[in-house]
Amino acid sequence: MQYLKSIVSKISIVLVIFSVHCSYAQFEIPPKPEFQTSVYDYINLLNASEKSTLEQNLVRYSDTTSTQIVVAIINSTEGEYINYLGAQWGEKWGIGQEKEDNGVLILLAKNDRKIGINTGKGVEHLLTDAMSKRIIDREIIPYFKRGDYYGGLNRGTEAIFEVLNGEYQGTRQSNTTDFPIELFIIMLIVFIILIIAISKSRRGGGGGNRGNRSDRRSLLEAIILSNMGRGSYSRGSSSGGFGGFGGGSSGGFGGGFGGGSFGGGGASGGW
Amino acid sequence: MKKWLIPVIVIAVIAFGIYQWAVGFNNTAVEYEADAKTAWSNVESTYQRRSDLYSTVIKTVQGAADFERTTLNEVIEARSKATSVNINIDDLTPENLEKFQQAQSQLKGSFSRLIATFERYPDLKATQQFRDFQAQQEGTENRINVARDRYNEAVNIYDKHTTKFPGKLLAGLFGFEEMPRYQAEPGSEKVPDVNFKFN
Repeated sequence: MQYLKSIVSKISIVLVIFSVHCSYAQFEIPPKPEFQTSVYDYINLLNASEKSTLEQNLVRYSDTTSTQIVVAIINSTEGEYINYLGAQWGEKWGIGQEKEDNGVLILLAKNDRKIGINTGKGVEHLLTDAMSKRIIDREIIPYFKRGDYYGGLNRGTEAIFEVLNGEYQGTRQSNTTDFPIELFIIMLIVFIILIIAISKSRRGGGGGNRGNRSDRRSLLEAIILSNMGRGSYSRGSSSGGFGGFGGGSSGGFGGGFGGGSFGGGGASGGW
Repeated sequence: MKKWLIPVIVIAVIAFGIYQWAVGFNNTAVEYEADAKTAWSNVESTYQRRSDLYSTVIKTVQGAADFERTTLNEVIEARSKATSVNINIDDLTPENLEKFQQAQSQLKGSFSRLIATFERYPDLKATQQFRDFQAQQEGTENRINVARDRYNEAVNIYDKHTTKFPGKLLAGLFGFEEMPRYQAEPGSEKVPDVNFKFN
């Protein structure tokens, strides 16, 4: 009995330590969303029309320049330095195009009263740390002090547009950017095997009605199969992060997040 | 005739399997090592960035005639020392890493003492240049953190690959040594004493 009690108390101590440990855990970055757009308001700080206006502005900007600016609104970074969190966040989601690394992540932690502009590696030379800081101090914070979060974000993103203007001429990504060569080769091999099978059955059939019919059927099968293959290829590619394409400017980023990289540039400010 | 053929085939298949495994292990290890080395060069370049940033500040304050010479000289010295400690990328041993780390933290320490003396120069602090410098410093330190952590992550992947059991035998054979991680600087658990009083 005594023994059992001591075990129970040990377990409870372990549990207490564990739960304390958990409460100190840092902010967990949400997984990369399936539908990739420009505004992620996790705490419903903006109302629906504000959110959609901001979202459309940013998506439209991305459409013409391929630079992806994402606004994420959270309650608290849970003790994490906001720009460190932002850099990891942007990297994890891959905001911006892969080759240009032209992503910007604006992270707003409402209860911390902190905002951070995180710049992708490819925009650092234009939207420098000092410039980001100026935008935060001069354009965003004055609105936030009045409690106008939308106004601050709107003005801030406009200022970022102005700074970045003229860089990264690009077009909206289409669905067929990366053609999977492996798939093509596999399809080719399957096709060749089918052709061989058909020719063999033709030779082995030795004429007659029955042979002919099976020949025709396998040819039909080949066509159907190859069509199926092609069909699933285009479907597979569109599920690879291209969801929402064709929904116009409110349909999120065309081509989704492109895999841009963040090196930790940017600035933060509080109000 | 057939009696000896079967074991030979079996041995050949096993040997081929082992060969394939070794090649696969080696190539993956090479890849991970290259990743870790790239991550290390990113760490070095972020430190280079910091050192460049410091030098612009030094140049700015050198212009102020009556500026504290001793602290400034200390920074200049620490900076030249820190930039002279370079690690050959193929020679990333724990000792070398520690040397690098020490030189960098010395530079950081002397520089924060220099910044502390700025308290006595209110005109200097009020300039836009100084505000920009602050923002740049924030970004630079963040970049260093990010680059360091990514280096550690890359090393972690490499070390796991080369030190897990069956692979460890091959790692020794092929000469894949464990790479050092970037440790926290001694004393960095304390809050840094660089503080800018503005309001």
